[in-house]
Amino acid sequence: MWKKKGKPLVYLDSAATTQKPRQVIQAIDEYYSMYNANVHRGTYDLSQIATDLYEDARAAVARFINAQRPETIVFTRNTTESINLIAYAWGLKHLQAGDEIVLSDMEHHSNLVPWQIIAKHTGATIKFISLQPGYYLDLDSLRKVITGRTKIVSVVHVSNVLGTINPVKEIVKVAHDAGAVAVVDGAQSVPHIPVDVSDIDCDFFAFSGHKMCGPTGVGVLYGKYKLLDDLDPFMGGGEMINEVFPTTSTYARPPHKFEAGTPNIAGVIGLKAAVDYLGKIGMDNIEKYESYLGEYAFKRLSKIEGLHIYRPSRNGTGVISFTADDMHPHDISTVLDAEGIAIRAGHHCAQPLMRKLQVQSTARASFYIYNDESDVEALAVALEKGISLFKPRRKIENVAK
Amino acid sequence: MSLNDLFTEIILDHYQHPHNHGTISNPTASSRGYNESCGDEVFISLTTKDGIVEDIKFTGAGCSISQASASILTDLVKGKSITEVRALADKFYNLVRDINAPEDEQLGDAVALKGVARFPARVKCATMPWHTLEECFKQVDGK
Repeated sequence: MWKKKGKPLVYLDSAATTQKPRQVIQAIDEYYSMYNANVHRGTYDLSQIATDLYEDARAAVARFINAQRPETIVFTRNTTESINLIAYAWGLKHLQAGDEIVLSDMEHHSNLVPWQIIAKHTGATIKFISLQPGYYLDLDSLRKVITGRTKIVSVVHVSNVLGTINPVKEIVKVAHDAGAVAVVDGAQSVPHIPVDVSDIDCDFFAFSGHKMCGPTGVGVLYGKYKLLDDLDPFMGGGEMINEVFPTTSTYARPPHKFEAGTPNIAGVIGLKAAVDYLGKIGMDNIEKYESYLGEYAFKRLSKIEGLHIYRPSRNGTGVISFTADDMHPHDISTVLDAEGIAIRAGHHCAQPLMRKLQVQSTARASFYIYNDESDVEALAVALEKGISLFKPRRKIENVAK
Repeated sequence: MSLNDLFTEIILDHYQHPHNHGTISNPTASSRGYNESCGDEVFISLTTKDGIVEDIKFTGAGCSISQASASILTDLVKGKSITEVRALADKFYNLVRDINAPEDEQLGDAVALKGVARFPARVKCATMPWHTLEECFKQVDGK
């Protein structure tokens, strides 16, 4: 693996994207070197093999999140595209002026900006479930914002900044009781905790491959079949049609209706290898290990004077955001980088949340299955070093002009 | 390249004890600079007379590099002509982007920022206050 000046890499940015296991890289390599052909087109053997691999992946992803059937799984580029698909295909069709979209204070921009765009198109308004002092969302604040005009509730399952696991099953129930459609942004949940979309009972669920050991460029939209079937296409082109005439077309059924053009076949095959890999380890085990490591890191970092940690009092994953008294998050990140430690610093695509937390930005360490206690220790030691470098000093008089 | 080469004494001093901090009440020009990716911001206000920067102040929040760069900038440009400052800005951009750039005396304390050239991700922190200054000058040009 890559080393910085001989120091082994301590990779603590898995919430941004995870490292890839050999099995995933090999699956992609194998497809390109052995089975490369387009899917759903050729009548020759090789194309059939590629198509089978592609559709097997769909079935594997469906099983992984306990979706009712493979046809409920649409392959996209990433979580962002999945949410945009719902916002455009569902939102433009069903939202009218005065309707309400309910989101939360914890949303990543990918579950906020698409709704702002659709709200502008339709005249719908956006309301927010408010963040509680212990960095969690509660159902009371949801009940407060939900009204008879609420048509859709879209919330993040696990916060990319706080690591909070939100009670999505209960949120979905409240949304459904109010007659609203429920969407869950699972970008930070599917990689880290067991997810059962049938149990959650959400109408749509979005996540990305690259945050769960899979390749970049492949994402998933799960949707209840009836809802998917009712939607108009998001993009038009090849693959998504049934019959095409000069001025009209009929469309394929889901999921192919939403997969216009040649898809990311290698990416989808790589995602299947990732799902197999995580399934073998067991999502229960991954959740337990990460929760242990997150708590271990929290305890170790809490000993550092001048550090402020933004972590929920319960239901946290392996994500830890923090700031330091005298050192800006970007300076923290540079100091850690010099020690070979990769973390994220900035607003984490969650500017409204940053304002709620009353910070400009935070530093974020995110742990995954390949991290252990020694990574936590390396982080803590480097932070202590940085904090002492940035300790307030007396003004140098001869510098002043 | 060690951390002390980036976070030099001079930079940390400007960061912790910024010079010309504040806002001018009746400025000739003022502008806000913002780095989208990190949220660093500065607000520069200045007065000019006959093409000379008479007074300049800044406020802001952000990392040591962006705030020290703004502090150093205010020291450097006060009393200089806009034409001189524009030439200085070009020298500064070169200093923080090119690891082989000469240490020009005219850049004063800004030379302490030369280590930024070895940290490409931080270049925009150092240059943001200077881009904000250029926005101020555009306003002066328009008057």
